[in-house]
Amino acid sequence: MSLLDIKNLQVDFPTRRGVFTAVREVTLSVEPGEILGCVGESGAGKSTIGNAVIGLLEPPGRMAEGEIDLRGERIDNLPYEAVRRIRGRKIGMIFQDPLTSLNPLQTIERQLVETITTHLPMSEAEARQKSIDLLDRVGIPDPEIRIQQYPHQFSGGMRQRVVIALALCADPEVIIADEPTTALDVSIQAQILDLVRELCRERQVGMIIITHDMGVIADITDRVAVMYRGKVVETGPTAKILGDPDHPYTKSLISAVPRPDVRLKRFPLVEYIESAGDARKALDISTHWLGQARDFSKMDGPLIRLKDLNMRFVTKNAILPKNRVYLDAVKDVSFDIEQGEVFGLVGESGSGKSTVARMIAGLYKPTGGAIHFAGGELTAIASEREKDIYRRQMQMIFQDPYSSLNPRMRVLDIVAEPIRFHGLAEDKAHTEEIVLDLLEHVGLGAAAAIKYPHEFSGGQRQRISIARALATRPRFLICDEPTSALDVSIQAQILNLLKDLQEELGLTMLFISHDLPVIRQMCDRVGVMRNGMLCEIAETEDLFENPQHPYSQHLLELMPRLEVLSQEGLEVEADHPTGAA
Amino acid sequence: MLSFIARRVLQAFVVMAVVSLVSFSLFNFVGDPVNNMVGQEASREDRLQIREELGLNDPIVIQFARFLGNAVQGEFGLSYRIRRPVSELIAERIPATLELVFVSALVALGLGIPFGVYTGIKRGTFASSTVLTVSLVGVSLPTFIIGIGLIYLFAVYLGWLPSSGRRGVEEIGWWRTSFLSIDGWRSIILPALTLSLFQVTMILRLVRAEMLEVMRTDYIKFARARGLSEQKINYGVALRNTLVPVITIVGLNVGGLIAFSVITETVFQWPGTGLMFIQAVDFVDIPIMAAYLCFVALIFVLINLVVDILYFVIDPRLRLSGGR
Repeated sequence: MSLLDIKNLQVDFPTRRGVFTAVREVTLSVEPGEILGCVGESGAGKSTIGNAVIGLLEPPGRMAEGEIDLRGERIDNLPYEAVRRIRGRKIGMIFQDPLTSLNPLQTIERQLVETITTHLPMSEAEARQKSIDLLDRVGIPDPEIRIQQYPHQFSGGMRQRVVIALALCADPEVIIADEPTTALDVSIQAQILDLVRELCRERQVGMIIITHDMGVIADITDRVAVMYRGKVVETGPTAKILGDPDHPYTKSLISAVPRPDVRLKRFPLVEYIESAGDARKALDISTHWLGQARDFSKMDGPLIRLKDLNMRFVTKNAILPKNRVYLDAVKDVSFDIEQGEVFGLVGESGSGKSTVARMIAGLYKPTGGAIHFAGGELTAIASEREKDIYRRQMQMIFQDPYSSLNPRMRVLDIVAEPIRFHGLAEDKAHTEEIVLDLLEHVGLGAAAAIKYPHEFSGGQRQRISIARALATRPRFLICDEPTSALDVSIQAQILNLLKDLQEELGLTMLFISHDLPVIRQMCDRVGVMRNGMLCEIAETEDLFENPQHPYSQHLLELMPRLEVLSQEGLEVEADHPTGAA
Repeated sequence: MLSFIARRVLQAFVVMAVVSLVSFSLFNFVGDPVNNMVGQEASREDRLQIREELGLNDPIVIQFARFLGNAVQGEFGLSYRIRRPVSELIAERIPATLELVFVSALVALGLGIPFGVYTGIKRGTFASSTVLTVSLVGVSLPTFIIGIGLIYLFAVYLGWLPSSGRRGVEEIGWWRTSFLSIDGWRSIILPALTLSLFQVTMILRLVRAEMLEVMRTDYIKFARARGLSEQKINYGVALRNTLVPVITIVGLNVGGLIAFSVITETVFQWPGTGLMFIQAVDFVDIPIMAAYLCFVALIFVLINLVVDILYFVIDPRLRLSGGR
């Protein structure tokens, strides 16, 4: 008998088109003080397991089969009131986004005390004392003062600590953590994971961590269950599963994880993934439309040159200039990007990396400094028409594939829009021909043209964004976190695609990411940003092997070590031999 | 917070100044005030003398200043028709309207909020669809039809309640209330109900929409996962989070009710300010109209001020950012 036993669980969602089974034949167990990882891609059913355990399946979902036992007693068939008393008291839960998990209108104290007095026979004063002790334990300074504050007065990492305190406040035996660190920066993530591990050991709490992040799995779990399409395909000790997986899905999933320690030529093609390996037409730039009429003037020197770029936002306006409050999002940033180079910008949220990209793309007007692009000074051009010439040569791919495509336009029109705007095609038929061709090249197929964006998954939408960016025959591509909203296997596909296109078209790229392993796979040179300033610029391999700036060293230290991951089937880039292979 | 309120009070003064300018201009542009006051047979000299006495020959700025000075003291002159001070007339009428609006607002909130919460939580059930359908009647029928229908049903057919007028009035100082007698309550039920039906529907639907929104949020899910009781989640956490938009709308509507309960007051012959205003329009009784304009603006400004302060009470996030 384990602490928590999930036996042969099946969860059904009845829909109009029949029953959708989100999870089937899942059997898992957790021991006291153990951390079980539950890993899988979106739609694999991993969150559904957590919701089923705590009795919070979204309607119309229901448990169709199986049972859930807590210390040998069945809990899934209890009446509502009894289940409610188990929630928080016996089983606690931590959610992904600390910014939205807390009631904004109540103080931390109210929320903690309310939860404690709901479950434990304590007076308000006792509950308050317990809350203060707990806040102190989860690492919130001055708990007596901060307990009286509201959630919005805490930072993201601090809020997640409060959420953990709330999950622990009635001394539960099991904690379910659903993507507990996904919304946090790397440095905060490391702290929170440390805290979670300590608390788990100290209180002998059994924990299920649900995540898509192999780094988190490798970092803190004792055992792992790998989920694929609602089923657990493999369970075992973490080192065994990550280092020597048996199931083909686990193998392909692990091979798609960007490695922090080696640079791969490309990600091995991963089967078991939606539309993987579909025929993507390779491009020959010398004969292709994308190459024919590029009409760029030949030039020497770097394609992009930023000089002392500054961006200052007014965060609080006032009539008198001295009363205004400013935020310096970007301070004196200078770097060059050579032709054909992939330049990476890395940093935590708020470091100003996206702001730099937006200034280059002309979405923000810099408050100081100069941007030189393809021989012209963008910051000095006043006329819109003249700017259009440069805009055509420069395109952007955004992070969120769901909001960056107009939902009321067909894919054909989405991709054709820049062609029409810049007048790049001779007539309607020619435009259509180019669009269909582009769709082939990004691996979607011409049939996609007549569909609407909502008919595509996140990864496919990102391919549409890439096709749209290519449609102006650009020489410079800005990718702002192009894969951070995607699953790891889809990420591998998109990164492969970007690498291929970059090689075939000789594109110059600015690649922005918070994810160091991704940066290592994609970039030739990297700039590390912090608080709006550039700390260090280095060749990618040099940065990873021998970082100079203390902050770069700090970031690299926080990067999850994935040495345990199986190296099966990986092709390491020959030009950059490393010791890890 | 104090600076925020101070700023709003300042804005309120600006609004009131503009409105009083408009109502002042009524005197000068809607007919000649002297003609309105004297009979046909008054001689030219008489008219000129009245003009001089009333100060109508002074520069317009001075006239406006005088008007403002009087208005601040609640002095709006004599009604042309009834020959009594306007302030007195309004003071006589206002308790009736305020009591009517008070009761109907209570009905609207008392029905709208619980039903809104209920239909928001139990969505798709038979009971909540029924509530929603019935509530549509409140918005789709014009007030006078509802009023006449209620009169027919409860006063004519069943004979339970009086059909019109305000009875059982007792005086407390200058305030004439109908809350102290059974007759008074009986006569206020029908008009209050008529007036509130539209509000019930609107509040119900607003609360429901906001509840649906809030119930989807993570903090509700997290509250459930902590095992808080349904009672606490629905009313303690969810309802409070819906309140900011609800009080905005309720505030504006209560203002609207006080100002424009004209139709209901006409149908039920309720002796409130709405009825007085309609009669004033019929007889071009400009002092009453001007005073009424200022009065209505004042009500709106005050209610908005209260609503703004309520925001601060409800949402701590506003307290920090100083209301921006």
